[in-house]
Amino acid sequence: MPDRSAILSALVPTVTRPATRAAYIKLAPEHKYVDVDRVLGVPGPFTDEAFQGGEAAKQFLRGSCKVLVIGAGGLGCEILQNLALMGFNDIHVIDMDTIDISNLNRQFLFRESDVGKSKAVVAAAFVMNRVPGVKVTPYHGKIQDHNEAYYQQFQLVVCGLDSIEARRWINATLVQMVDPEDADTMKPLIDGGTEGFKGQARVILPTITSCYECSIDMLTPPTTYPICTIANTPRMPEHCIEWASVLEWPKEFKDKKLDNDDPDHIEWLYKKALSRANEFNIEGVTWALTQGVVKNIIPAIASTNAIIAASCCNEAFKIATTSNPYLDNYMMYTGNDSLYTFTFEHGKRPECPVCGGETIEFEVERDVKFERVLEMLTERQDMQIKKPSLSGPKGPLFFQAPKQLYEATKGNLEKEIGEVLQDGDQVNVTDRALPFTLTLKIKFTK
Amino acid sequence: MIKIWSMKKNEEAAAKAKPKTTAAQIRVQKDLTELELPDTMKTHFPDPTDLLNFELTITPDEGMYKNATFPFTVAISSNYPHQAPKVRCTKKIYHPNLDLEGNVCLNILREDWKPVLSLQSVMVGLQYLFLEPNPDDPLNKEAAEDLRRDRATFARNVATSLKGGSVRGEKYDKMI
Repeated sequence: MPDRSAILSALVPTVTRPATRAAYIKLAPEHKYVDVDRVLGVPGPFTDEAFQGGEAAKQFLRGSCKVLVIGAGGLGCEILQNLALMGFNDIHVIDMDTIDISNLNRQFLFRESDVGKSKAVVAAAFVMNRVPGVKVTPYHGKIQDHNEAYYQQFQLVVCGLDSIEARRWINATLVQMVDPEDADTMKPLIDGGTEGFKGQARVILPTITSCYECSIDMLTPPTTYPICTIANTPRMPEHCIEWASVLEWPKEFKDKKLDNDDPDHIEWLYKKALSRANEFNIEGVTWALTQGVVKNIIPAIASTNAIIAASCCNEAFKIATTSNPYLDNYMMYTGNDSLYTFTFEHGKRPECPVCGGETIEFEVERDVKFERVLEMLTERQDMQIKKPSLSGPKGPLFFQAPKQLYEATKGNLEKEIGEVLQDGDQVNVTDRALPFTLTLKIKFTK
Repeated sequence: MIKIWSMKKNEEAAAKAKPKTTAAQIRVQKDLTELELPDTMKTHFPDPTDLLNFELTITPDEGMYKNATFPFTVAISSNYPHQAPKVRCTKKIYHPNLDLEGNVCLNILREDWKPVLSLQSVMVGLQYLFLEPNPDDPLNKEAAEDLRRDRATFARNVATSLKGGSVRGEKYDKMI
């Protein structure tokens, strides 16, 4: 295999061959994928049987593949850069945040003059300016603003998020979107995450591999301190800050909710915490620590982000092109003491409330009494359901307990199913005998 | 994976935005409908369609707090069970593990919370506080001191406070 300089010199006369790659690409933009093409051109020892190499994969990557990046922060900047340089030409990016001055050390798509502007918008403009031919479509807002139709337009979703809640939401959305009859509705989710020197990258094939919710028990719960320690025997600066935010704020401002992003609120907490720290001879309460504790900030390390983002984009590339086997399905990385990675297959959890359990198409006549629906469930031999509780899109339909909800919902038993549900509604069934949840897709017959 | 995708885009893939149940809600449904509460505990949902916010009352049938009814609010975030439910007592009570604002010191509500715990464990834990007040984790320091020094005096103080009286200059809500 000839080395790159040989290829380059074959393409451009030596006299005009520029010193840097960036300058070279400017000179000969048609050759900007010269490196990537070596992977895509011919099948290799590990490529999938179906992969022939050549134009099809390149065209898919550069033409029709639409990828969504969620998050344009520490990981997001790296991800956007990597995807654009790899040849993904149609990228969408969502982020609800604006740029803060403290982001600039690692979120390299932003400059000082961008402080206060939308991360998604600035990142998209930067990448498009730097990598000619790439279209990046920004959305400044929440992932929850979009419905299924929006997410259906992508082939791949890559996440660089710092919020568990957002991950759970997008994971559940992508799992629910899957239509077993239509393979296009299965959108691989590549999730990256970092915390200081640690990180993880994983590939989630909704409904096929374990999902994010399957592993929720593995997460370390957010750091909290015993409330009695906070109240009586503070020993650490964090105790003083928690005292100010958990106990003093509600006392002082009754119904006003603490806004983590409001500098005035942080300032108030900082002053409160500082006076308490002085009282107990505790050192180390600073404005930055106050913000860090309240927002549960873990210092972000640029190199960890780069490593995890690289891994995520590598997986995105492999999945999109079939040029190599992709990660199955979880890679954890620790850089605290030297360097350690471990890759394993995280199993599906049968009782997972998102991808576990079972979904049955429930065909029923519109005028059947709801009570009869319950009987039909308990009659099923395969389920062993005894006392099911059901909820629909609008809340509880029939609850066995607690008493008040039983009283409030038992009236539905007398109604016809067509009165309480619509065609296509999903009903969640829980029962003590079911370790998982059962989902009914209601389908009315004539 | 490319082989499972057709190359054409599927933009107009019709999908109605249907409200869907979150994993937190399903988990709460499971927790609630499988609650096995003794007669001493009752739940009340101000809005029966909102499972994430409700009230809990505890009426201990033994111990120093016997026969008084203690009301709590329970607020569950959409990040449940990753995050513990938030519990607050809505009355001012003389108790070593409750402060005057209704904050509760119970380990499983804070540092010892785990997703495998459930609403049942939280409720049982709360009730236990009334059966065995714990002077080692004080939120009301005076009450804890009283309990540590002399159990009989503490019990008398509890009785006074539950009738709406004052203990050490602090007036408590009438609970009996």
